[in-house]
Amino acid sequence: MGIADTYSDGRRYVVDRPFALVVGLLVILLAVDFVDGLATGRIAVSDVATLVWDGLMQGLVVGLAGIGLSMTYSILNFANFAHGDYITGGAFSGWAVTYLLAGLGRADVGSLLLIGAGGSVFGGALGIGVTATPVAVLGGLVIAGLFAVVLALVIDRLVYRSMRDQEGISLLIASVGVAFALRYLIAFVFTTENRGVTDAGGVPEVRGYLLDGFVTVSAHDATLLVVAVGLMLSVHFLLQRTKLGTAMRAMADNEDLARVTGIPTERVVRATWVIGGALTGVAGYMFVLWKGTIGFNDGWLLLLLVFAAVILGGIGSVYGAIIGGLVIGLTSSLSVLWIPSDFARAAAFLVMILVLIFRPEGLFQGRSTA
Amino acid sequence: MGETEAEADVETSAEAETKTGTETETGSASRADSEANAERIEGTTAATESETISETASLTETPLRVDDLHKSFGGITAVDGASFDVESGSLTGLIGPNGAGKSTTFDLITGTIALDSGSVYFNGEDVTGLPPHATARKGLVRTFQIARQLADMTVLENVMLAPQHQSGESLWRSVLPFARRGIRREEGELLTQVWDTLDFFDISHLAHEDAGNLSGGQRKLLEFARALSTDPDMLLLDEPFAGVNPTLEKRLLSHIHELREEGYTFLIVEHDMDLIMDNCERVIVMHQGRVLADDAPEAILEDEQVIDAYLGGTV
Amino acid sequence: MSTSPDGDADTIAAGGETDQETPSVERGDSASAGPDNEGTGTGDTVGSFFDRDITLILAVIGGIYLAYLLAGLALGFEARGLINVVARLTFLIGVFSMLALALNLHWGYTGLFNIGVVGFMAVGIYTMAMVSKPVGTGGSAQVPGLGLPIWVGIIAGVVVATLLGLLVALPALRLRADYLAIVTIAMSEIVRFIYMSGQFQEFTLFGAQLGTGGGSGLILNYADPLAALLAFLGLSEVYDGLVGAVSTVIPNNPAPVVNQFVYAALLMGFVAGFYWLLKRTGESPFGRVLKAIREDEDATSSLGKNTNRFKIKSFMLGCALMGLGGILWYMGQGAVTPLSFRPQITFFVWIALIIGGAGSNTGSVIGGAVFAAVLFEGPLYFRNLVVRAFPVGNAPTTFGEALSPLLSALDVIPLIAFTLDNMSTLRLVIMGVVLVLIMKNRPEGLMGHRTETASTIDLSRPERRETRSDSTPATAADGGRSDG
Repeated sequence: MGIADTYSDGRRYVVDRPFALVVGLLVILLAVDFVDGLATGRIAVSDVATLVWDGLMQGLVVGLAGIGLSMTYSILNFANFAHGDYITGGAFSGWAVTYLLAGLGRADVGSLLLIGAGGSVFGGALGIGVTATPVAVLGGLVIAGLFAVVLALVIDRLVYRSMRDQEGISLLIASVGVAFALRYLIAFVFTTENRGVTDAGGVPEVRGYLLDGFVTVSAHDATLLVVAVGLMLSVHFLLQRTKLGTAMRAMADNEDLARVTGIPTERVVRATWVIGGALTGVAGYMFVLWKGTIGFNDGWLLLLLVFAAVILGGIGSVYGAIIGGLVIGLTSSLSVLWIPSDFARAAAFLVMILVLIFRPEGLFQGRSTA
Repeated sequence: MGETEAEADVETSAEAETKTGTETETGSASRADSEANAERIEGTTAATESETISETASLTETPLRVDDLHKSFGGITAVDGASFDVESGSLTGLIGPNGAGKSTTFDLITGTIALDSGSVYFNGEDVTGLPPHATARKGLVRTFQIARQLADMTVLENVMLAPQHQSGESLWRSVLPFARRGIRREEGELLTQVWDTLDFFDISHLAHEDAGNLSGGQRKLLEFARALSTDPDMLLLDEPFAGVNPTLEKRLLSHIHELREEGYTFLIVEHDMDLIMDNCERVIVMHQGRVLADDAPEAILEDEQVIDAYLGGTV
Repeated sequence: MSTSPDGDADTIAAGGETDQETPSVERGDSASAGPDNEGTGTGDTVGSFFDRDITLILAVIGGIYLAYLLAGLALGFEARGLINVVARLTFLIGVFSMLALALNLHWGYTGLFNIGVVGFMAVGIYTMAMVSKPVGTGGSAQVPGLGLPIWVGIIAGVVVATLLGLLVALPALRLRADYLAIVTIAMSEIVRFIYMSGQFQEFTLFGAQLGTGGGSGLILNYADPLAALLAFLGLSEVYDGLVGAVSTVIPNNPAPVVNQFVYAALLMGFVAGFYWLLKRTGESPFGRVLKAIREDEDATSSLGKNTNRFKIKSFMLGCALMGLGGILWYMGQGAVTPLSFRPQITFFVWIALIIGGAGSNTGSVIGGAVFAAVLFEGPLYFRNLVVRAFPVGNAPTTFGEALSPLLSALDVIPLIAFTLDNMSTLRLVIMGVVLVLIMKNRPEGLMGHRTETASTIDLSRPERRETRSDSTPATAADGGRSDG
């Protein structure tokens, strides 16, 4: 290959892939700055490790919640803006049960079920944690998943089912209505205050020394890692090894064709809500366990990051959503190395906007259904 | 109303026009123009007739030349080296079995989808890869196989949209009080033409109907009317008679012949063989993305390859 | 051929001096109405249609006022309270109508799914505030501005909102509707993060000190906009007279009440301006192309329309109006904080638009009014009325305390009291439910399918008037072509 060929190849690359080029340059620039920071001691290795770990945790939550959104986005063909509030709904239902199991006999049932609304009970006082009250946490986790499934199915029955033949945009607008109703119903019942739910001091931690400082991993971090990875693997096997997975992929590709070939589309839709809902509810519960506080806005604040992950990974791709979640989590977490932490979320959104504009099919060539 | 009376009317109103309309540039219509226009009352298309003739005089003999077009969609080749040209003022048929790449060829010519390779010349100018609005502005206008009516707009709005160079398409002129007067007058003039067009296509009883409520054949007519209202030099019609009743079909065909004599060029995709053979002086046959034959109708009918493609082809 | 040759003979006899009037009066149709009677000459059909829409809007708003006032009177509100109620209601109707109108241009006309409305509002008012706030430090917590007059600030705010619109439009308008939605809402959140960040709390731009105030926002310590406007118009004394007159009804400090009322009334003037502008935009060849893009962009571009340019223009105009809407909303509020610009404001505007029916300017105004009166302010007003009429005592602090008496003793009062106490939360639930119900049952809005013809003139068949209709194609061809 001559120089001219290389040149023309390079030029075609620049013309065809301006996005890749810009991203490449940016990454190189940031990497140089990063190495420089490490070399001069401006950036501590242990800090970086902490940020990576933090980003990984965030990414797992976002990815787990993203699987459900990605599945409904591709199979039902609409962006569900109520998805964030499914996360919140799962979290609140699960934590109500955790409170009940952990605090039964120590406080009245009403206060426990309302997760200590109005300062009536405190999670710290109940000593809630995965090691201290494992049964309560496990019970809450299961209920969170189950409740989110029921919620998703009920809302589908009440709202979306009769709108199947409408355009995605009508469903999107309706989902905004669902989001409002859910979020503020939760606020109405559980109040709008943000409150701590775990016994932050009582969670076991492992502190490891890494070159220039300590890196801490808590039991809740580990729980999140185990639960998220476990569920992701289960979904992988479910979609690869069962007829359901094949049917879902067929429907995501072409719904009309799927219907003609005899795939029971309504049953596939229901299965989608069940799987997606369960993962979403669990993600909500784990998110709260990991950060230690609960608020009625949690899911909504997470929603745009989840969208970012799903789009990044390619709508309809389960693995894309997981990887997208990790990328988004790490982006927002690591961005503080270069920009003020005020803009961590902004950085994640910016990545999403750039992907939408330059690679709307996602970074990993996921299937888009539109 | 007799001829002479009509002419008298023209004169008086032309005078009025020049007197009252001096404040806007559109008011400077000359008497000569308005007299020439007196002839345009007859039909819609007549309104553009004199211009078309003068324009086509400077055109090349082959307004459309298509050279080695290629297009594939993920592994499936839709158009595979199609080349042909269309003579000025001709009515050329483009036929072929389903999946031969006829509609895709239209898409590539007008820039509706991007081509992989090849080139398209219109009136001697390279229009390869131009966006659809640019090719349309050059006078090369197409219709779609599945009519693309603008569903939530009335039939009138659909046709009113089409004429080129409407000064009211400028936002500020539409809004500012002074400029809007000129727009209103222009629209009034347009409206008369549009009603005539609707009359011609026999859809004026549907004028205020939303285009989404029309039947398949009516949609085809609307789309034809709309394309013609852009005042093109050449029309690419994709199955224009699908669902149109036979009487109207006959009328449209005779009108196409009239327009052709005035200098318009037509390229028509059609499945009705009899229609193509009876009306076109030249027929291009496409098969599997390539041009299989390009000849006079009689010759086409005897072409072995064509017969094979239609009878023996599995597609 | 309804007009006799005599009519034409008259015209000739008149020697072209008054010939425009004579035929147009006789014919009374739009095509022949001529250029000389712009305001009234739209023809009878268009005229009455126009009037009908205005009447409809006034009737709806009038009905809302009547309901509020009657309810207020029945419960014995004083004059001050009543005027306050009307002023607040007018203000809300004004802002939501304006924003719904602007959004209607994006979504209703052009099919651009913008859910970043609040970002453009924020940019408008923040720019205006930063330009118009006084120079230098006015106190410990005060962020300096550029100290320019308020009208300069307003123009700057609108211009910057428009430019942000362009910035978003250039890459994003070719995206699918749902992707555009996500891009715009992310954009509006990025805007909010920027204003919230401490990074730009105070900075120096070309030697001038200014800033966003960070999380605590900006105190709008410029001259009172209303007073400035009145002074500019030379109406300050008239206004003082008005305040004096009102003091006979409200003896105690009437000025704030009157201020609020007059400001709200001014807003309604802006609503009329928006309506006028957007009605003209929609009812024109420009608006026709926008509608066509909404229906089928490919088909539109196959007719020779450069759809991208139309979309960008439409988007920028809408963003400018959203910026202005944001300015007018917050200009007189004393302070702005980033908290005011959360995405829910965008969805309020969307609900208003959907209620009225996307695609209709009249519907947008009515939707804005209904949203403001029934969904936004209604539940709170209702709460006040109920609490005044039936004092329910102290509300329980938690849902549990409210619910347990009902379960144990069938005592429903605590739950009602709790519900009333939390009405501001509950109204958002109601909004969500209403939005879902409309999308499911009446996706075309409360008033059903409305047709607002995209043309400057009435499109019914012109009478056969060869006199005018055939002299005109010449002007169309010549005038159009030379400058097209």
